[in-house]
Amino acid sequence: MTTNVSPYIPNTDADRELMLAAIGVNSIDDLVLDIPQAHRFPALDLRPALSEFDLVAEIAALASKNATPGDYACFLGAGAYRHYIPSVVKSVVARGEFLTSYTPYQPEVAQGTLQVGFEFQSMICEITGMEVANAGMYDGPTAFAEGALMACRITRRQTIAVLDAVDPRNVQILDAYARHQGIQITVIGHGDALPDDAACLMFQSPDQFGAIEDMAALAEKAHSAGALAVASVNPTSLGMFRTPGECDVDIATAEGQALGVPLSFGGPYVGLFACKDAHKRQMPGRIIGRTTDTKDRVGYALTLQTREQHIRRERATSNICTSTALIGLLMTTYLAVIGRSGFKKVAELCYHKAHYASARIDQLPGYAVKSGGPFFHEFMVECPLPPAEINRALLGKKIIGGHDMSDRSLNGMLICVTEVNTRAEIDALVAALGEIARPRQ
Amino acid sequence: MNAPYPGEIDRRLLNERSVSGRIGLQLQELDVPEQALPEPGLLRTDEARLPEVSQQEVVRYFTTLSTMNFSIDANFYPLGSCTMKYNPKVNEEMAFLPGMAGIHPHQPDETVQGALQLIWELQRDLGEITGLPGVCLGPLAGAQGEYSGLMIARAYFEERGDIGRIVALMPDSAHGTNPASASMAGLEVVTLPSDSEGNVDVEALKALADERTCVFMLTLPSTLGLFEPNILEITNIIHEAGGLVYADGANLNALLGIVKLGDLGFDIAHSNLHKTFSTPHGGGGPGAGPVLVSETLAPFLPTPVVSRDGHTYRLDAPDKSVGRVNGFHGSFGVLVRAYAYVRAIGAEGMREVSENAIINANYIRTALSDEFGIAADRACMHECVFSPQAQKAKGATALDISKRLIDYGIHPPTMYFPLIVPEALMVEPTETETKDTLDRFIAVMRQINKEISSDPDLLHDAPHDTPNTRLDEASAARKPYLRWQPEQNLTASD
Amino acid sequence: MTTPDDRRYSGEHEWAFVDGNNVTVGVTRFATDSLGDVVYVDLPESGTEITQFEKFGEIESVKAVSDLLAPIGGTIVEINSEVIDMPEKVNEDPYSVGWLLKVEVADADSQLGKLMDAAAYDNLTAE
Repeated sequence: MTTNVSPYIPNTDADRELMLAAIGVNSIDDLVLDIPQAHRFPALDLRPALSEFDLVAEIAALASKNATPGDYACFLGAGAYRHYIPSVVKSVVARGEFLTSYTPYQPEVAQGTLQVGFEFQSMICEITGMEVANAGMYDGPTAFAEGALMACRITRRQTIAVLDAVDPRNVQILDAYARHQGIQITVIGHGDALPDDAACLMFQSPDQFGAIEDMAALAEKAHSAGALAVASVNPTSLGMFRTPGECDVDIATAEGQALGVPLSFGGPYVGLFACKDAHKRQMPGRIIGRTTDTKDRVGYALTLQTREQHIRRERATSNICTSTALIGLLMTTYLAVIGRSGFKKVAELCYHKAHYASARIDQLPGYAVKSGGPFFHEFMVECPLPPAEINRALLGKKIIGGHDMSDRSLNGMLICVTEVNTRAEIDALVAALGEIARPRQ
Repeated sequence: MNAPYPGEIDRRLLNERSVSGRIGLQLQELDVPEQALPEPGLLRTDEARLPEVSQQEVVRYFTTLSTMNFSIDANFYPLGSCTMKYNPKVNEEMAFLPGMAGIHPHQPDETVQGALQLIWELQRDLGEITGLPGVCLGPLAGAQGEYSGLMIARAYFEERGDIGRIVALMPDSAHGTNPASASMAGLEVVTLPSDSEGNVDVEALKALADERTCVFMLTLPSTLGLFEPNILEITNIIHEAGGLVYADGANLNALLGIVKLGDLGFDIAHSNLHKTFSTPHGGGGPGAGPVLVSETLAPFLPTPVVSRDGHTYRLDAPDKSVGRVNGFHGSFGVLVRAYAYVRAIGAEGMREVSENAIINANYIRTALSDEFGIAADRACMHECVFSPQAQKAKGATALDISKRLIDYGIHPPTMYFPLIVPEALMVEPTETETKDTLDRFIAVMRQINKEISSDPDLLHDAPHDTPNTRLDEASAARKPYLRWQPEQNLTASD
Repeated sequence: MTTPDDRRYSGEHEWAFVDGNNVTVGVTRFATDSLGDVVYVDLPESGTEITQFEKFGEIESVKAVSDLLAPIGGTIVEINSEVIDMPEKVNEDPYSVGWLLKVEVADADSQLGKLMDAAAYDNLTAE
């Protein structure tokens, strides 16, 4: 009796024999006759299979080669943020009923996923002040780009104006999305007029340097040119700062990672996408609606599906199919646990700690805080040395420093402080920065 | 919504359970001196109406919701084209190791060598499995991989000055994302009929392939679960016409160790790690849709890819890269799971995966094709498509059969796809199911077939025991109700 | 339901009814039967020029979307706002309450000549 090759494949040799006989063939070879013989069953140059024990050891060894925030104090942000993730969030997301289900095309057996999605849409509306939201996009930057494409569909215009304070990385992704659709991208400054035929003005708050934008003024500027206002916001900041909804923004997007999602080296994250009610039929992605069943009980189902690729094909509002429902569950659970008061308090903790850090760093000889206006939890520092050099020195002190911005600002470093950075960590960073800048005796 | 009657599931939303003053988490106190606030004009004036619920209420709420889902962990889930195979638990544990889940995407390369090595190894392994050595793991799902692949094709022709190639050819059985991605890439979609056997109509392809052809997009095996017998001729026709051949890798689970896409003449492909490589679907993502290309096209891959220099790994931008398609380096957490899968399966296991997937599908096909009618009566690969037109004539649609399967605890197959098959029911059992499970599925299908004559209402009213019976999707679309609203202004958003 | 013989039909399942100076346009029962529950109708604004046999809008059911092709060309003078708010009206009676547009047509006779009568349309859909 031979043992199976893999714990993931249950058929034994005896099973296979019975099944092949039932099919009416002698061997698997008879089932793959359509495959060109010369290319059938190629040898694969892969490493041999590992036992679970060895697998865990191998991956743990890889993980140990990484410097992990937590072991290190970490002051990186710039699009991905370290926040405390409550135990409840990790426990809920591990449930196999959520984890191993498919997109809810069969609503009767997916009410769990669907009701979570409805909560998710509701919570996005609440935190952004917007009227409607979809069930999630891949990540913040792709949601932002899809917002621009949607503005082009609504206005039937083909020029996108992007404010120059938007993270260049976001502009690169926008370019990748818009490149082949005959859409022009124009980067403009705060003082510049919009092009006549602009579909939208795109801006980001806080901007790439951490500064809070006057979203209301920007939205008005867009509207007076007949364009839509498309914003990317930091969702944590909305516990304190004005929402895109309050500022009359037409399409609001955000990177949802900060709300309960592990950093995980950049993904998977979740893009938040919300807009004014009038535009809902132009939204990309899945949308979940509340309805009733044949017994008049409340239930949920995917709705407005004719916008989507599986129905409208080449004329769909987006090609997106599989998105990030499970990450949406993380976010929904997170907001449920921290709740109404916690949402505000997390923002306040970030704000005060970041401002404490910035005031202390600004006092260090050689360093100057350079954010162009009020900021939330991230600020620009002009350093006396190249940031890469400073960061190398910080690593030796178990600190992962700020994001190197020297490509756009002389010796610029973007430092982010959230509620997980303790006063001891901040003080250690300040001391280390001071020490690194001091000329050697 | 009021509190439920005894025996009913409590379906109230979180905000309908909210009680002012409750908290779900004790947050830490501020440990620095309070700082001056910004000018009030910048501050939020209203309050986000998030729920106020205790911690146990949160846990119980989400746990109860989870029980209303079918899942691979609890149910047979033969959803065609979706490859609902077992998602190994160890993969979850690996993805949540602090050294994986906790690292920041902007960390300097030298502090994330383990993560970069994992990406590099997975790039190499996927390149080897598909025979397409240029790999970028960045795209976040199949559709984004598809779009990346098409951008690569366009950049390649642009570089050669061959700018008239603006047509994407595809069979009428293609997934909806194929035309949607092609249109996003500025290509004109031209659909090709399938022949009566479900194969590409080679004569029609010859007539359509010309100097305007950018790519031919083909799902292999096809969405009918069939391996294209003329594949070498097809890739040759497109190459002769100067075009590129794109493989939609949604059905790659049939091909591991069976045949390499690169050997067949494919130039570009994407793979859905959440299908073939066992990463969980999560109720609709996150996925990962790596794009794979021939050596010639590798310089055009999206940014970033990981390259190796001795024993050092770094994030890299290919020379002629089409650019960034998302925020960072891809669905890294998903990549960790896929890596764990590839290492657990190993070289010898890959072929076992596909062979067993193929045997399982053919076992179901053989057992049920007499009763339910089959779209193409020949050996299938990893899935087969039934066409129960006789049942429809008796008043039981593919939808009715699907909903009745739910009563037996089985997730319905993919319905009404591919579009070219009337009443299509697409069944993909995957290799991780036992013969017992397949036998039970076959028995249930036969039982349902009997019910069509004996008690047809059992099908029309199905499902019976789920938290909801069939939902009024027409009302949902006519008057979209898309978010919680306080009771007093409870109106549809239209 | 029988096909009304007071109007003309296109092969794309739309009808045109001469109503004084204007022509009223809608879809046929055959179209609503094959679509199922109509959930959304996307129509151009009043004042828009439409061309015979070209697309002027879209009609959607839960899981399908179809182009609306004009059975007659001219200037839209009125759209049926009721079907925008209550698309189920189109299912209720596509020939009366479910009408879509009123169009001012210059050369009605020659355009109508390119359409079928009820009997010819019934023959087409009976196939």
